[in-house]
Amino acid sequence: MDATNKTSKKLIRFLGDNAITLCLVVLVVVIICINPKFFSFNVLRDVLLQNATKLIMACGMMFVLISGGVDLSAGRILGLAAVLTASLGQTIDYSRRFYPNMPDIPIIVPFLVALAVCMLLGLFNGTVIAKFAIPPFIVTLGTQVIAWGVNLLYFDLPPNSSQPIGGVKKSITYMGSGLLGGKVPVIILIALAVTLAVWFILKKLRFGRNVYAVGGNAEAANVSGIKVTATLIGVYGIAGLLYGLAGFLECARTGGATSAYGLNYEFDAIASCVVGGVSNTGGIGTVPGMVVGVLIFGIINYGLTFIGVNPYWQQIIKGIIIIAAVGFDIRKNLRRK
Amino acid sequence: MSENGYILEMNNITKRFPGVLALDKVTLKVRPATVHALMGENGAGKSTLMKCLFGIYVRDEGDVILDGQPVNFSGALDAIEHGIAMIHQELHPEPHLSVMENIWLGRFPIKGIVVDYKKMYNDTRDLLERLNLHLDPKALVKTLSVSQIQSIEIAKAVSFNAKVIIMDEPTSSLTSDEVDHLFTIINDLRSKGVAIIYISHKMEEIKKISDEVSIMRDGTMIGTWNAADLTTDMIISKMVGRDMSNRFPPKTNKPGEVYMRVEGFSSIHDRSFQDVSFELRRGEILGLGGLVGAQRTELVEAIFGLRALRAGKLYLDGKEIRVHNSTDAMDNGIALLTEDRKGSGIFPVLGVGENTYIAVYKRLARFLGLINGRRCNELAEESIERLSIKTPSIRTPMNSLSGGNQQKVLFARWLLTEPEVLLLDEPTRGIDVGAKYEIYTIMADLAAQGKCVVMISSEMPELIGMADRVMVMCEGKKAGELEGDAINEEEIMRLATKFMV
Repeated sequence: MDATNKTSKKLIRFLGDNAITLCLVVLVVVIICINPKFFSFNVLRDVLLQNATKLIMACGMMFVLISGGVDLSAGRILGLAAVLTASLGQTIDYSRRFYPNMPDIPIIVPFLVALAVCMLLGLFNGTVIAKFAIPPFIVTLGTQVIAWGVNLLYFDLPPNSSQPIGGVKKSITYMGSGLLGGKVPVIILIALAVTLAVWFILKKLRFGRNVYAVGGNAEAANVSGIKVTATLIGVYGIAGLLYGLAGFLECARTGGATSAYGLNYEFDAIASCVVGGVSNTGGIGTVPGMVVGVLIFGIINYGLTFIGVNPYWQQIIKGIIIIAAVGFDIRKNLRRK
Repeated sequence: MSENGYILEMNNITKRFPGVLALDKVTLKVRPATVHALMGENGAGKSTLMKCLFGIYVRDEGDVILDGQPVNFSGALDAIEHGIAMIHQELHPEPHLSVMENIWLGRFPIKGIVVDYKKMYNDTRDLLERLNLHLDPKALVKTLSVSQIQSIEIAKAVSFNAKVIIMDEPTSSLTSDEVDHLFTIINDLRSKGVAIIYISHKMEEIKKISDEVSIMRDGTMIGTWNAADLTTDMIISKMVGRDMSNRFPPKTNKPGEVYMRVEGFSSIHDRSFQDVSFELRRGEILGLGGLVGAQRTELVEAIFGLRALRAGKLYLDGKEIRVHNSTDAMDNGIALLTEDRKGSGIFPVLGVGENTYIAVYKRLARFLGLINGRRCNELAEESIERLSIKTPSIRTPMNSLSGGNQQKVLFARWLLTEPEVLLLDEPTRGIDVGAKYEIYTIMADLAAQGKCVVMISSEMPELIGMADRVMVMCEGKKAGELEGDAINEEEIMRLATKFMV
């Protein structure tokens, strides 16, 4: 009796610790039961393809959340990167070029410009937050509006005058929709490489461990010889860089850009992270958890459409999952105390 | 009142948690108009017993009798409505509300549909007057001191006509004047027939204020005695279950040559420490005494580079060094164990292991800052073994450890930085007697290895029992140094109040 009791307790604990992963498995199984065609390589590829940029966004957001902050500027920074990429990456013979007289430039230019601008915005966030001790919520809200304003001004430059930008070079779109070996989308490989790199940084590098320390207790981190200011600036800088990369890929995936790109993407990123067990008060979070969080929302989007659920229901289901997942996490921790 | 003369009886309370018998048939009987001290080491079951009383935990066996009637409370609110209130160690008032709003929160007097502030004001004024508290009912709570906030909590309990008030370590963040004031209030309540259950670790207070003492150990009640019949050593030996006639390890330090010299340290803030100089020898424990507000914490934090100086020089081994931040200090072999364990010590959600080696990542990191995980774990395991830290694993979150074990982890963290000078700010605050002894042993070992130790302490016996030399500060200035037999309570107190007018 005692032994079975112990096993069942262990099982309950295991289920509690992996509730979100189980949720994902159940979701997939249910969808497959309703429509067995869901179980295929192509579906997996499509889900990953749709969520590659979201995964990169969530990677950036994860740094910020673990450091004890939040980044509301993520989506608009991504939008700016997409517009910069599109405007600098058009083919020379396209009829409505953003810069009609610009010579043909290598694609490394739009790539670097997009990443550099976004990283600067991120560094700006980090510097203001760390040096002036203004809450991240407020600073990044401001940066969100600024980034959008910059984007609108740039997008409105003549002769473009706020028209959607198209005609992006093949070499760029290849990164968004090309297939390696005719099977595996390049964008998925990029996203996975980024995820792996982020895992490595957070888990293995001194900088990554310092991020957990700063998010866990900034005062104690300072006393323990950790450069809190530099760490925070680094966190937001890396986050900006990743939003920039996501924006570049978003443009590559869709073959163009408008100033509306990236609207509210930060909320998807935050939701994926917290559902994946990243604490919104800092100090806690794992990369595998975050990946599961991204996949859950990806499967809900794709899978429920696949089995013919009214897409408007998806929003309601997503909302419930966000609240339930975080609520469950908090309850679990309360009980353990 | 019940016939047998007790206002509150807890009979044979048993509480089991998975795998642990937290309370084993614990009985506590409290008479009205007495101060009843409840003592025991951390983990002895005092808080569990109180939680069973208030219904925060459901007890497995036993009954609670209040005023002759069996009761079953469903929480703090239910209990206070029946006349049992608890003043917690850490207070959580509504800082942006006024004194009177805090007292009557949740039961504002109503006139029609609006709050009757006039009645609230008058009631509060009468209540505060009855308790001899000189507070403005309209003052915002955020402008008050900890001691004043505590008085408000007590006033709130009285406003419910509380018959039993439980105080959990009420003096842990009070100055000695404020403690005296609290004791006046307690005496006043006692004379009005209120029973006080007083939970504390401080022997001197217990002997001063309490009528009866109940002592718990490992989830059982050892017994109840008249306070007058107990000596400090008796209380301690009953609490720890072994004879602790020696509260401190023997002093065997042999201070060597001068290692650190602090010269003319003055804060950039006029009200903080000014023109403080002292020397520190190898293998020495220097006690830093003084009252709250003597700026001792500020001084050691300045030595560690956390506070700005207007003037002052720091010499190590005869060479002048400059310390601008904690990294500089650590590079020069200085360590600081801060006073505020929760605020600036532990990383609550990170693992015990990470909490030990977090300050030496610099040393553990290789190319690009790549951390050697295996080496980290080895260091953590070694530290846990060396300081006998009780933790299920190195991955256990820090916040699930007891205060004493958390403090040992923080010692481990600083020891890993291989310091020559250890600045310890109230190293035994809020931890139980057994753990205190272990911390003292660690300190004595460090001194024996030739390290220099500075220990700030507000507990006189600790200064007297541990320090080779005591420097006393008063209002930011150095009041004097004591050595040998001159280290006694009277001398320390005389110096601690030297510049007070």
